[in-house]
Amino acid sequence: MERVLMKGNEALAEGAILAGCRGFFGYPITPSSEIAEYMARKMPKIGGVFVQAESELAAINMVYGGASTGARVMTASSSPGLSLKQEGISFIAEAELPCLIVNISRGGPGLGGIQPAQSDYFQATRGGGHGDYHTIVLAPSGSQEMMDFAMEAFELADKYRIPVMIMAEGTLGNIMEPIIMREPVSKFIEKPWATTGCKDRKPNIVNTLHLGNEELENRNHQLFNKYQIINENEKRADTFLVEDAELVVVAFGIMSRIVKKAVVEARKQGVKAGLVRPVTLWPFPDEHIRTAAKNARLFLSVEISMGQMIQDIQLALAGSVPVEFYGRIGFTPNPEEILQEILRLAEREGL
Amino acid sequence: MKKVFQKPESLTDAKNHYCPGCSHGIIHRLVAECMDEMNIREKTIGVCPVGCSVLAYDYFNCDMLEAAHGRAPAIATAIKRLLPDRFLFTYQGDGDLASIGMAEIVHASARGEKITVIFVNNTLYGMTGGQMAPTTLLGQVTTTSPYGRKAENEGYPMKMAELLSSNEGSAYICRTAVNNPANINRTKRAIKKALQVQEKGLGFSMVEVLSACPTNWGLSPLDGMKWIEDNMIPYYPLGEFKVKEEQ
Amino acid sequence: MAKGRVKFFTDRCKACGLCIEFCPQDVLGFDEHTINTLGYHPIKDLKPELCTGCAICGVVCPDLVIEVERE
Repeated sequence: MERVLMKGNEALAEGAILAGCRGFFGYPITPSSEIAEYMARKMPKIGGVFVQAESELAAINMVYGGASTGARVMTASSSPGLSLKQEGISFIAEAELPCLIVNISRGGPGLGGIQPAQSDYFQATRGGGHGDYHTIVLAPSGSQEMMDFAMEAFELADKYRIPVMIMAEGTLGNIMEPIIMREPVSKFIEKPWATTGCKDRKPNIVNTLHLGNEELENRNHQLFNKYQIINENEKRADTFLVEDAELVVVAFGIMSRIVKKAVVEARKQGVKAGLVRPVTLWPFPDEHIRTAAKNARLFLSVEISMGQMIQDIQLALAGSVPVEFYGRIGFTPNPEEILQEILRLAEREGL
Repeated sequence: MKKVFQKPESLTDAKNHYCPGCSHGIIHRLVAECMDEMNIREKTIGVCPVGCSVLAYDYFNCDMLEAAHGRAPAIATAIKRLLPDRFLFTYQGDGDLASIGMAEIVHASARGEKITVIFVNNTLYGMTGGQMAPTTLLGQVTTTSPYGRKAENEGYPMKMAELLSSNEGSAYICRTAVNNPANINRTKRAIKKALQVQEKGLGFSMVEVLSACPTNWGLSPLDGMKWIEDNMIPYYPLGEFKVKEEQ
Repeated sequence: MAKGRVKFFTDRCKACGLCIEFCPQDVLGFDEHTINTLGYHPIKDLKPELCTGCAICGVVCPDLVIEVERE
């Protein structure tokens, strides 16, 4: 297998192309723009469509239109851009149009900064726009996963007819790591619902309006039945040294790699630390959290935010184990400071 | 005797929900008649707006999408790019197109997207109860301009056909009305021409149709037709504003 | 003998009256003895013998109420 050195953003874009993505609709924003730039170079050469939209709103609605043809399509943006896209994502979720939405996330609120951040966790995992809905949210932790998750995202999107979001911190978009190139996808799911012109069939309608009371309630139940199936089948997490862990650290994305190093160091210093790394942020891997809690006296959520995922950990543990938080904004915590926090908590708890 | 007038195949049998005398029904039929005559129903995809014609997907007998408010041109753009041999039309009202969807329509036109826009201008937001739109005439009373639209407060009504005709990407821009049989026939010819411009791949096409909203205007259906003639046409002149010829 | 004939889907009629107004032969009027499912007095060809089959009534009708035949 060919190993190549690739920037995370480009690995993700190439992964999407390998998955058969032939439509990219986006608007420039740091630190995600390289995905659009890569697509602008590649799409014309492979018979794909690249449109630089006039706004994030237009871009996400182009995704709505593009996905409705049955093609694999995507957009990529960064935090403030994702805020603008939320109306469209709500429509796409309701219309059950499969697509990939990428958030190369940065700090907020407002214009915030361009430093990597994880403070869009709530927005990503709670739906983000109006109404009751979810998107599947994948959180890669390196360049290889940027590629692989882009490919998996399209499979999940088609399988469940759901928008899939990849949330990766700006760091992941920009760092270069050697990766193994994957084979292009050749098998695709049929999409008889697509609006492609009604030759030899009845017209298809892509619609999100349900004026009748019962119709609207039934529609929401249909969606939630699907979310239930996803919840049962698609939760994913990696665990590291959790079997005997007394202090379980939870971190996702780039943060999980940094925490892993701190956990190894903590073990060397006699603290039974472990790591749970949620791969899917929605559905949240609550069972992995509960399994890791077997010997745990304390959980620690480490995030590049003011503390958002901690709520899902608390929900998973339902009060059985206390959960502490360590996070920063504007900075990515380094292994040393996380180690110090682990040691401080271990000493306080007598671990 | 032979049938000389009947429901076009490109409309479903569904009864429309529009108020008595509302022009939407006429304009729907004209679009459908053009689809029938060009034999393109099976390769046409329509995008309907938010507004009174939000339910147009129930009436057009072809593949249809329902768009978020103002975003129909963005949706149509992507579909047309991915399926370039299909016919794409958006059907939009004046609040949808000229207010919340201003960016999408201007840029679809500027990019020369090969789509056809049916723009129904009835000078107000119909479905939400007759509020002021960008197209509301000066002095016109609406529920949000209860003392009449004043230039110093609400600015001037927007002339979308003129505005979009200045874009290089626009290949056919026309304004018509449906206030009498002759103008209805002209509107149909304009819609057909717009679809033919799309077929030839010349660029963006739009037909702005001056249309009656008797309910929110507080007029009878017949007086509504007269109101178009007396008030709208003097401010919104009819005619072709841009006709790009084949190279 | 009339040159044209109009057929009505009266349950679609909202009695807007545009067809009556624009009919050049004054063929049409409201059927005041009938109330349709929408609650309106639908249109009727009160003077069918005058119909020329010009189809203007159909052209101005917003509700697909009318079909027209001509010799």
